[in-house]
Amino acid sequence: MDDLLREFVTETHESLDVVDVELVRFEQDPNNAKILGNVFRLVHTIKGTCGFLGLPRLEALAHAAETLMGKFRDGQPATSEAVTLVLATIDRIKRILDTLEREQREPEGADEDLIGELDRMAERLPPAAAITEEPQYTVGKLTPQVLERPLRPGEDTLDDLERAFRATAVEPPAAKTAKSAGEPAKDEEAGKTGNQSIRVTVDTLEKLMTMVSELVLTRNQLLEIVRRHEDSEFKAPLQRLSSVTAELQEGVMKTRMQPIGNAWQKLPRIVRDLSNELGKQIDLEMQGAETELDRQVLDLIKDPLTHMVRNSADHGLESPAERRAAGKPEHGRIRLSAYHEGGHIIIQVADDGRGLNTERIKAKAIAQGLVSEADADKLSEAQIHKFIFAPGMSTAAKITSVSGRGVGMDVVRNNIDQIGGTIDVKSVAGVGLSFTIKIPLTLAIVAALIVEAAGDRFAIPQISVVELVRTRAGGEHRVERIKDTAVLRLRDKLLPLARLSQLLGVDNEPGDIETGFIVVTQVGSETFGIVVDGVFHTEEIVVKPLSSKLRHIAMFSGNTILGDGSVIMIVDPNGVAQSLGSMVSGQMDADNAADARHTAGEETTSLLVFRAGSSQPKAVPLALITRLEEIDARKIELSNGRHMVQYRGQLMPLVSMNDSVRVKGEGAQPLLVFSDGARSMALVVDEIVDIVEDRLDIQVGGDNSGVLGSAIIKGQATEIIDVGHFLPLAFEDWFRKKEQSARARRSLLLIDDSPFFRSMLTPVLQAVGYDVTAAASAPAALAMLNEGRAFDVIVTDIEMPEMSGFEFAERLRENSRTAETPIIALSSVVSAEAVERGRQVGFHDYVAKFDRQGLIAALKEQTEIGRAA
Amino acid sequence: MNPDSAQQKLTEYVTATIGGHLFGLPIVRVQDVFIPERLTRVPLAPPEIAGVLNLRGRIVTLVDLRRCFGLDQAEAGAAAMAIGVESRGESYGLLIDSVGEVLKLNESAREPNPINLDARLARMSAGIHRLEGQLLIVVDVDRVLDIGPGALAA
Repeated sequence: MDDLLREFVTETHESLDVVDVELVRFEQDPNNAKILGNVFRLVHTIKGTCGFLGLPRLEALAHAAETLMGKFRDGQPATSEAVTLVLATIDRIKRILDTLEREQREPEGADEDLIGELDRMAERLPPAAAITEEPQYTVGKLTPQVLERPLRPGEDTLDDLERAFRATAVEPPAAKTAKSAGEPAKDEEAGKTGNQSIRVTVDTLEKLMTMVSELVLTRNQLLEIVRRHEDSEFKAPLQRLSSVTAELQEGVMKTRMQPIGNAWQKLPRIVRDLSNELGKQIDLEMQGAETELDRQVLDLIKDPLTHMVRNSADHGLESPAERRAAGKPEHGRIRLSAYHEGGHIIIQVADDGRGLNTERIKAKAIAQGLVSEADADKLSEAQIHKFIFAPGMSTAAKITSVSGRGVGMDVVRNNIDQIGGTIDVKSVAGVGLSFTIKIPLTLAIVAALIVEAAGDRFAIPQISVVELVRTRAGGEHRVERIKDTAVLRLRDKLLPLARLSQLLGVDNEPGDIETGFIVVTQVGSETFGIVVDGVFHTEEIVVKPLSSKLRHIAMFSGNTILGDGSVIMIVDPNGVAQSLGSMVSGQMDADNAADARHTAGEETTSLLVFRAGSSQPKAVPLALITRLEEIDARKIELSNGRHMVQYRGQLMPLVSMNDSVRVKGEGAQPLLVFSDGARSMALVVDEIVDIVEDRLDIQVGGDNSGVLGSAIIKGQATEIIDVGHFLPLAFEDWFRKKEQSARARRSLLLIDDSPFFRSMLTPVLQAVGYDVTAAASAPAALAMLNEGRAFDVIVTDIEMPEMSGFEFAERLRENSRTAETPIIALSSVVSAEAVERGRQVGFHDYVAKFDRQGLIAALKEQTEIGRAA
Repeated sequence: MNPDSAQQKLTEYVTATIGGHLFGLPIVRVQDVFIPERLTRVPLAPPEIAGVLNLRGRIVTLVDLRRCFGLDQAEAGAAAMAIGVESRGESYGLLIDSVGEVLKLNESAREPNPINLDARLARMSAGIHRLEGQLLIVVDVDRVLDIGPGALAA
């Protein structure tokens, strides 16, 4: 009985889901007899089974609903009211089913209210023609029959049954002819119900999966044995076994896949109810319902999707009146689509409603203390929109029963985070809102890089691995170390490094970080390097959840069994990122916070702190330095009265900070190497102290040549050195040579509110052949341009107090004389949104503030284009 | 445990020795006995977790009973066995020195832990049986598996 009941519950749940969808379709298309027939059949089956299993409440409800639907079938119009009532009945049935599933019996309670209403509704509709015809089929004498108990609701009297029995007795011949006449119709029906599928419990599939994994392992062992024996007669059959096993594995994997339409099934009903409740007309479009993804993933995105569709219906779409006024069609549209892209599935939820209310989100974010008022003004719209993913950010002005209950997009994001997905929002005021969700196809099988650390093997999910870098002393990629911080300079970016064995606390020998493999890993927008001892290969691994005793270890996301049968741990890049410290974070909150911090003018700069000549620390922006060197002092040669060192096959001049810095006679000599093109020079210093992240705010101007001024860094007054001063000291022709080579110097306007950047960039830009004019603000620059000065190219900062770079660019574009001048934006915030905005206002390029090479390349490209044109 | 019904009740125990002590695990909890091979250590795991291994396609978490009970560590290279148990759908292996026999013991003969028993041992023991010439410590499997970040302090 138990099994029977369970099967009934599952089957009925499924049938009801179909009824939900079909009824909504029927309401929109009341003349479609096929849909109605389908619904009627399902409800009828439920009623029949309930009667058989002795479930009176369910039976009565189903019967009453069936009666009402019978009227539709007889040609009565299906009113929205009637459909709502049937849907309400189905909800009640679902509730009863839930209890039935838990307690194995129907809950106490009465359904007279619903049944009464259903009956009244059925009666109000004129009696169907079929009933009046009935007596014609009734032949013979009717004996009044007595039932020895009162009738239960929904039960037919014995008389009725008798009459029905007699009526059907006449029908079979008619049915037969109908069948033979309509053969194709029968096939169609069979195709639908027969469907060639059986129900299998998830447990069975999981077990099957385990067995297949076991089979794969055994096969791998066999292959290993045969490999050792050259001419084995086992070779051929084993090859077959191998390919069959692979196919079997694939087949079992496939059983876990389900169409995403399963997660969408409830949506048409929800949207229908909402449109009634809210008085809006909503069309729901669904595309790509057949796109398949893993069952586990499917379960986790079901709720977020439902929530987003609700939100769109409730907040996104306007009322018909508002839509008319805005010149839009009265019917609002919600579009769901899904498709594959690489190893991911992209799901979009879009509506053509009013879009996000940027002002309200901003106000709420300020009220919630997520951002200060001053900072908020500097955020772009897209940045503000991202706040909807923060907790407590429900922005519905009035709380409706539909949404706006305090749980919102933060829950959605959490769910998506859990499965390693990302979510993005795009909103255009008055036009609509769209969410794009990107999730991995499956959580069960992922490609992973197998690496070694401290003698053990670990798997790193391939999806977050950007590239592999081999480091060797003296090689192209070298690890540089400043105190305890190891960094890798990779294509002009500094990557923080961490040794995997150290992160895992299993460091056997103290880290020799200089040799090894660096797995360049990306989490969110942050990139870092994980140093491992060895890299083996990539392998498709079957992810198995960690034991509950190990789940608290943030460094691992799971474990897996490798082809050779051993268990290895899967490293979680998110966990690594977290332990690397606050500098890396995949969280969007942190991104926002970082953006806000940057835009608030409190941008921090990586500075190299060193000592040279005096005890007072000196500093230089790390990004300007090409390399840190420590050379044997004996290798320093004196040539023509100047210190030189052979460096990478060239002579590199050494320049002292000032007279009090002595080039050492023995031991290691620390050098800061600056390069420009093929030429390098080194600044001789006494000691490299540290790398710090701090605000760079030059407070006192410098009198000494070579010093820009002093700033407080980590609580100590520090001299900021002027690199531009030292370059000509190394090569007297450092700038001049370039001047000659440039056939005509191009004029460049540099706008930056920070005197430090103006003085830092000016020599750099002069060095590559530009006549640099610096302006401290956008209005000052505009004034210059209005005076009639013309420039070949303009380089401007974005975040400036009086007028932002964006505004400045817009002004330039308005003026026909300056509209064609290339503009390059310099910013410490290089986010996709900012770049996009930059393109819109007319920037030709967008370069990170310290990316000197990038700036020079961009300048070259822009001026060359200008010349060619 | 209901004392009335326990009067005549016999419980079967699988016996095991760990560090010279005799322990008994209720046979209903024991899935299998195996020799742990290719153990993978888990960095950052609680000290009681000896590692994880693949047992016929399942990942089994191996628990070091010596550590749980506060006994001395075994000499390196000493032969070890494991008793497979299940808890909340997960597979565990309890690391022991050697497995003994199956004993049928009367529940009524089980005595409470002596009050001066080592606290770690007492926490994981469900009582003592006096056998001829030896004491058998009844292992409470659920208590043993109650390890993790929260239980570490105990």
